[in-house]
Amino acid sequence: MDWIFLSELAINGALTGLLYSLFAIGLVLIYKASSVPNLAQAGLTMVGAYVVLALARDLGLPLWLAIPIGAVLMFGLGFGIERVALRRLAGRPVVMILMMTLGLDIFLRGTTLAIWGGTSRSMELGVSYEPLFLGDIFLSRIHVVGAAVAIALFVAFMLFFRTRTGIKLRAIADDYMASWSVGISVERGVGLSWALASVVAMAAGVIWGEIQGVDQALSLLLLKGLTVAVLGGLDSILGAVVAGILLGIIENVGADFLDPIVGGGSRELIVAAVLILTVMIRPHGLFGRHDIERV
Amino acid sequence: MFYRLSGVHHANYVSDSRIFKVPADRNLAVFVLLFGLAAPFIVPSLYLNSYMLPWLIWTAAALGLNLVTGWAGQLHLGYAAVMAVGAYASIHAARFGIPWEFALIIGGLASSVIGSLFAFAALRVKGLYLALTTLAMQFVMDWVLTHSPAITGGSHASLQSPTLALLGQDITSDTGYYYVAFGWCVLVTIFMLNLKRTGLGRALVAVREKDFAAAILGVNSFYYKILAFATSSFIAGVSGALLVATFFFLAAPEQFSVAVSIQVLAMVIVGGLGSIIGSYMGVALILLVPGIVNGLVSGSSQSLGMQINVETLAHIPNAVYGALIVIILLIEPLGLGKLYGNIRDYLMVWPFDQLRK
Repeated sequence: MDWIFLSELAINGALTGLLYSLFAIGLVLIYKASSVPNLAQAGLTMVGAYVVLALARDLGLPLWLAIPIGAVLMFGLGFGIERVALRRLAGRPVVMILMMTLGLDIFLRGTTLAIWGGTSRSMELGVSYEPLFLGDIFLSRIHVVGAAVAIALFVAFMLFFRTRTGIKLRAIADDYMASWSVGISVERGVGLSWALASVVAMAAGVIWGEIQGVDQALSLLLLKGLTVAVLGGLDSILGAVVAGILLGIIENVGADFLDPIVGGGSRELIVAAVLILTVMIRPHGLFGRHDIERV
Repeated sequence: MFYRLSGVHHANYVSDSRIFKVPADRNLAVFVLLFGLAAPFIVPSLYLNSYMLPWLIWTAAALGLNLVTGWAGQLHLGYAAVMAVGAYASIHAARFGIPWEFALIIGGLASSVIGSLFAFAALRVKGLYLALTTLAMQFVMDWVLTHSPAITGGSHASLQSPTLALLGQDITSDTGYYYVAFGWCVLVTIFMLNLKRTGLGRALVAVREKDFAAAILGVNSFYYKILAFATSSFIAGVSGALLVATFFFLAAPEQFSVAVSIQVLAMVIVGGLGSIIGSYMGVALILLVPGIVNGLVSGSSQSLGMQINVETLAHIPNAVYGALIVIILLIEPLGLGKLYGNIRDYLMVWPFDQLRK
């Protein structure tokens, strides 16, 4: 076995995996605060990418201005979605909440495509396509940038959870009844987590849009993001980062072994297998809390 | 005033175990049944085959999913994969020369076997985690279908369905296809209507409400979960086979993708968990309304002289479909079936008993 090739696969896998983490952090933020599995995260990612693109292309704003404005818009959108759609379903069975997020996902994707059209467009962040060399290993610049964004967001959230608002969010995640009784506005906390998750979705949308173009293929990230979130434990941001790296490596190296055997396209299969095995063997994931209901 | 009853009150067990607690519901069902029988002579054949026929087959499929999600309370996001198994199994059987009657049953049984695999996930986890596992299984099944030329002919290939023939009669006319779909839908509906007054139905409800409480009562939840998955998969398999045999005429892996699984679940939840009339309404809403809205939008834009982008028009049905799910869940999380029940109960006592609320 060629060790340089293997380590190249592993490192590139880890970088791609960190991009999955970027997506999964949004899922985790919402699940942590309100135990809502947000299957609309893929739709939000698409909306985020298209909003930034619309600001940059159609209004002609420079990117350094378009991204913060996009973040503010997404913050509002996330808050609004929670207020309008999810708050009224609080305490309902999980099947209805799941369906609501699926419906939101379909609605967001349909509306985005109806407004901006389905042709793939490029984000043009200005990151060059020249590969980066690390010894003998090729790295893609945009993957490195994306991984750096993922890690920066992770650190930012770790710091955020030490601020006053962050501690409130952690209290809500621990026990929302108790938080209520000491005067924390649970509704506002949950809304805030949706808003933050939407901003994270925008970041994921911008990076992934640069990598594979801004089109509806962005919604295919859902399975991978979900797998990362479940593998890391649905309520652990650290878990999302570690599991992202793990899944990226498993996927990239595994696909290299399996593709010649099954004739290509084994990535989806590996991801699905990781998801099934995680749920079967360790439903609470690597870093999740142990109170997951088992039959 | 509108009903001869003034509320549903039972004085004996016979009345409690009636299928239709309100005679007006029974009359409505009989009316719908007669309309369904007469439809080929009333409805133009375009509407018959492009709207009513898929509506009936998807209703049968949605009722099957309702059995496992609404009655047994197990989330299932891989239903389309199970339908695919049935469709491919029966088409291959029919192409092999086996009569269609048996080919359909073979499809159903093959689906049952594969569908029971999903049940093994249900034995270990429930709720969200079950949904995620079945979703992953759907992806695995998609992958197997697109990567096994022996079954599907590869990812972009399609499989021609042989001419449908039942009881020695070749079925080639629109009316014939319609009656096949109608007959299957009526069969499934009768089965589901009777389910809630059998021991099986009550056991499933017990498992849904609290599985360990059911176990204490002597209901083997392990057995009933597998039974629920197997039965619903059988319905799924035959529905999938009929869908291909009477509507698509070609089987392709994309017809049973993950989006279809989500669509069937949306039909069941918009219709109402555990509600039969709700399933009919949910399927109609999800299947037909997006197309109607699209027609309205394009029609009104033409009459107003506005130009709407072709791409925009192509994506409006999806946006409407998503919006419908969200709106119905906001209005009544228990779905259209519950909404129908609420209106009926309101009218039953109207104009009396309005002040108390």
